[in-house]
Amino acid sequence: MAKEGAMQLQMDKEKVTGGIRVRRVVANVVLILICALCLFWFFVLFINTTRSNSALKAGFTIVPGGYLIKNFISLFKGTLPVWNGLLNSVIISTSCAILATYFSSMTAYAIHAYDFKLKNVVFTFIMIIMTIPTQVVALGFIDMMLKWKWNNTFLPLIIPAIAAPVTFFYMKQYMDSVLPLAIIEAARIDGSGEFRTFNFIVMPMMKPAIAVQAIFCFVANWNNYFTPALLLSKDKVKTLPVLIAMLRSADFLKFDMGQVYAMITFSIFPVIIVYLVLSKFIVGGVALGSVKG
Amino acid sequence: MSKVKRGKVVSYNKWGYIFLIPFVVTYAVFQLYPLFTTIYWSFFKYYRSGLSVIGPEFIGLANYKELLTTDLPKYALNTVIMWILGFIPQIFVSLLLGSWFADPRLRLKAAPVYKTIIYLPNLIMASAFSMLFFALFSLGGPVNAILTSIIPGFQPYSFFDHTWSVRALVAFMNFIMWFGNTTILLMAGMLGIDASLYEAAEVDGATPTQVFWRITLPLLRPILVYVLITSLIGGLQMFDVPQILSNGDGFPMRTSMTMIMYLNKHLFSKNYGLAGALSVILFIITGALSLLVYKVTDRKDD
Repeated sequence: MAKEGAMQLQMDKEKVTGGIRVRRVVANVVLILICALCLFWFFVLFINTTRSNSALKAGFTIVPGGYLIKNFISLFKGTLPVWNGLLNSVIISTSCAILATYFSSMTAYAIHAYDFKLKNVVFTFIMIIMTIPTQVVALGFIDMMLKWKWNNTFLPLIIPAIAAPVTFFYMKQYMDSVLPLAIIEAARIDGSGEFRTFNFIVMPMMKPAIAVQAIFCFVANWNNYFTPALLLSKDKVKTLPVLIAMLRSADFLKFDMGQVYAMITFSIFPVIIVYLVLSKFIVGGVALGSVKG
Repeated sequence: MSKVKRGKVVSYNKWGYIFLIPFVVTYAVFQLYPLFTTIYWSFFKYYRSGLSVIGPEFIGLANYKELLTTDLPKYALNTVIMWILGFIPQIFVSLLLGSWFADPRLRLKAAPVYKTIIYLPNLIMASAFSMLFFALFSLGGPVNAILTSIIPGFQPYSFFDHTWSVRALVAFMNFIMWFGNTTILLMAGMLGIDASLYEAAEVDGATPTQVFWRITLPLLRPILVYVLITSLIGGLQMFDVPQILSNGDGFPMRTSMTMIMYLNKHLFSKNYGLAGALSVILFIITGALSLLVYKVTDRKDD
């Protein structure tokens, strides 16, 4: 009742101010235009993926063609190892998502649940390195991987995910809000070991945060191009972004354009599907991890 | 284990260190140690020329001098120009959209749909997005076809042969990919502002414009600074989009070559000396900016 009353009051106010209606219309119009600007490119991509090479060269129409399946068949039969690329990307991104979420939770737990001398030093250090890009150590990293003969393997793309400062920070924030120390204390009294407490009591409580960060880690690694391009030179181990770069550096005019569009669609489609299914969590999760409060 | 009692709390705290081991070891091996070797090689003449390896020979700061007196300033300028071109529209649009999403009186019913759509480009593979733009904006591509059919007498424009059209395209892609993210951050910041301030302003008869400039913007300052610096750090790392668009050569005439593209070139050709020096310069800049981010967010905590 109180709510209705408040709404009535607000509506009365609107009548007085009047302008709110106009502002709402303006906001909706602008937002629709901006959304159209975002979606336009994917719309053109979709249309062009359904058209034959000769039709594409003749110009653009908004009517889809009948070549969708044919373009994909010729992509799969072509020289680019796209299925391998897909599989490699899935393996790397999934492994990174698992490692980053598990070990970041563990690191966050160390800071959250225990009191030790270097705690604040470690926390401050991680906060400072959070925004330093990995590219600046790429030289030493690549050099080491070549020495270890880890190039053309997935290890250098997966193992470093254990130390993911951004994921750590998110987990820490989340832990601060959902995990009272009393629960840990209670587990101890019940005789649970520290590792057990972390794995079977803390981790289940972290599920929502893990879900959000798993998606972010997966997508970030799915899209990662810089390091894989430097380390993966054999066709068999290349990931999708590296294949896209190969497509770009090949003589463009020789290519079947339908196939080019099919490859782009093939690379971004999985992420779009995952996003549309889980967008609620993703959009909600963005703000939480980046700015305090 | 049965001895676990109150007063023995200290004995648990060693677990803090134990749980930190995976992070610390991984970070030390894969980030910290490579950082030191990167710094180390930056003082050496060490590169490949054809099949032979030149060096390693200690040359002090000569690599830095070479970078700073030849192409690096130009590439740094390219990077910053393209970042600014993308950031200015981004911050305006994000402030506008963020304030609409955060305004309870506006009651935008479709807000969740809008947010979902504007955030979508952020998750798209930058290299694929760039490849798409390369295809769409090529001379015989759909954008020229559409422009030709809409504008009478329009001649297909070769977007990739002109400095500013390439830069504008890179900036535009960055804008499309990042304004959704910024909007959501700013919106969250605006929602965090005490609602009673708005009520008070309303009672005093402030217009929405006044409220925005006098209340929202000043209180949003820490988050704006955060967005600005993190975006600048991201901008300095600009790579995927111009790299794929220009196939690594920064066309036309290297006017879209960014600093990381330049680093990538040296990494590929195994010029350890120059790649090292360039990395150290980038490390110092981004490290300083990261400290600044830390200061900004830390102050908000108090």
